[in-house]
Amino acid sequence: MRLNDDEKAMLDGRDGAAVSKAMDLLVRYGEALGAERLVDTRNVCGTVSASTPFMRDFALQKGGMDAVFSEFNLDSDTVVEVPPVKVYSTHLQLGFDPNEAQRMGIAEEVVQFYRKGEAFTAGRGVQLGNTCTPYQVGNVPTRGEHCAWMESSAVVYCNSVLGGRTNTEGRESTGAAMLTGKIPYWGYHLDENRRGTHLVELDIDLESTFEWGLLGYWMGELVQERVPVVVARGGRFLKAPNLQRLKHFGAAASSSGGVEMYHLVGVTPEAPTVEEAFGGNRPVQRLRFGEAERRATWDKLNSTARDREVDYVMLGCPHYSIEQIWEACQLLQGRKVHENSSLWIFTPRAIKALADQNGYTKIIEDAGGHLMSDTCSAMSRAMPQGTKVAALDSAKHAHYLPAIMGVQAWFGTTADCIDAACTGRWNGRLA
Amino acid sequence: MNTTTATTTIVLHGHKVVGGIAEGEALLTTERISGWGGIDPRTGSVIETRHPLRGVSFAGKVLVFPGAKGSSGWSNQFHMTRLMGTAPAAMLFNEMTTKIALGAVVTRAPALTGFDQDPLQVIRTGDWVRVDAERGIVEVTRRSTDE
Repeated sequence: MRLNDDEKAMLDGRDGAAVSKAMDLLVRYGEALGAERLVDTRNVCGTVSASTPFMRDFALQKGGMDAVFSEFNLDSDTVVEVPPVKVYSTHLQLGFDPNEAQRMGIAEEVVQFYRKGEAFTAGRGVQLGNTCTPYQVGNVPTRGEHCAWMESSAVVYCNSVLGGRTNTEGRESTGAAMLTGKIPYWGYHLDENRRGTHLVELDIDLESTFEWGLLGYWMGELVQERVPVVVARGGRFLKAPNLQRLKHFGAAASSSGGVEMYHLVGVTPEAPTVEEAFGGNRPVQRLRFGEAERRATWDKLNSTARDREVDYVMLGCPHYSIEQIWEACQLLQGRKVHENSSLWIFTPRAIKALADQNGYTKIIEDAGGHLMSDTCSAMSRAMPQGTKVAALDSAKHAHYLPAIMGVQAWFGTTADCIDAACTGRWNGRLA
Repeated sequence: MNTTTATTTIVLHGHKVVGGIAEGEALLTTERISGWGGIDPRTGSVIETRHPLRGVSFAGKVLVFPGAKGSSGWSNQFHMTRLMGTAPAAMLFNEMTTKIALGAVVTRAPALTGFDQDPLQVIRTGDWVRVDAERGIVEVTRRSTDE
């Protein structure tokens, strides 16, 4: 890999040991990819927190947060002192909500250690967004902006909806990018890799966020990590899908497969027409999504569920928008969460503050639910005690939660889920 | 009745992703592997619902698979397998992505891709595999018992 003089100086230690280790990792990583060079970035989304017992023990044994950052963000064998970040960096979701630790079953010493880590992170200039959806709380890349983001649902949103340019980075590469403002110039940073590979034609119109999740989950499994071009029935989307729909759609497609970029013809910025979306590529496959595919996908997402008594309803994967919290409040109005069930809703910290102001937090709490931030049940492995059956309005969560927690999961609409929370029973079905 | 045990050796050539030399028993899957939510680093086993390797550990094995999928926690989860002593001995895969490149780098197990023959076709679970990632060579030894 070719390095310019500035990059060579960083590697050689001009800017200190941590930056040198960061550059060393970027070189190893870039060479593994076969990248020819690095590219400048001033927008990084990653995670540096230590919110698991393993991380806390690691820190206590090896030398605090510098040791955690050295190992898990720089892949360094030696502990280096971590300087302030060089470029704008946003922290992603983490292992629990420090303001709801008791409810999540997190020990006090883990919270105390996390708080120290949070001060470390903020002190080095990392923004405490604490969300899988940085684009909901002020980090909105512009078209063509080179980014270094992790979190698959955020990556696919950045590339596809916003026209930013990022690969799916990891904890180590984003740590290195924070300190250097560099990332390998490979994959979705280059025009030719952003063009469509698969044509997806819709035989049905999609309205709800739920329906967009079904399409995403089906599509991801078929195209894996390639670039699908979705064409609406009749060639034109009657209504442009909004943030909550595309947030769910991309998250689903990057869970069943590895979709990091898609095009919706007439909607997303690099797809004004089918021809421009493919950019001269010939589609390697043509796929059709209709009623049969929709039903088969619903069945697949509900394949772990048998028992209709629902112990736990989790909403907010990816983190809920304020629009979704408002909708959930409308569905909850005048109802109470059933005594045998629990309702937890997850959103970014900043949106939680807005929900507090709007009175939504109180509506949810008065109904017996909880509005929480920073994490979700799959990240935290925290659920209400004794949960065996969960209900979810997220295809991504229905994919991961049974695998991670060994629970049954029902997948349905937000209304199905709120109804399950209030009756303790799953009555959702595919209309 | 005569029983003879024959061994056959097949050689594949690929491109280095991470250098080093390792050997071990092959563990093959034709399904992509998810990192976060797909494996448990404490045991080095696959946990994804409906994955053919569900419950099977890759610790110390030469993992042969198409590539990575799923969350960006891929590298961190495989990084954890190294720290927890459950990492694969080597990784052989077909599809290059940032997830797998970074994951292989931080796992620090020898890794190769870009083969002259498809390892998913040539290698079988249980074969003995020696990986020389520096030279880009994979030697596959299969024991077959003929009567």
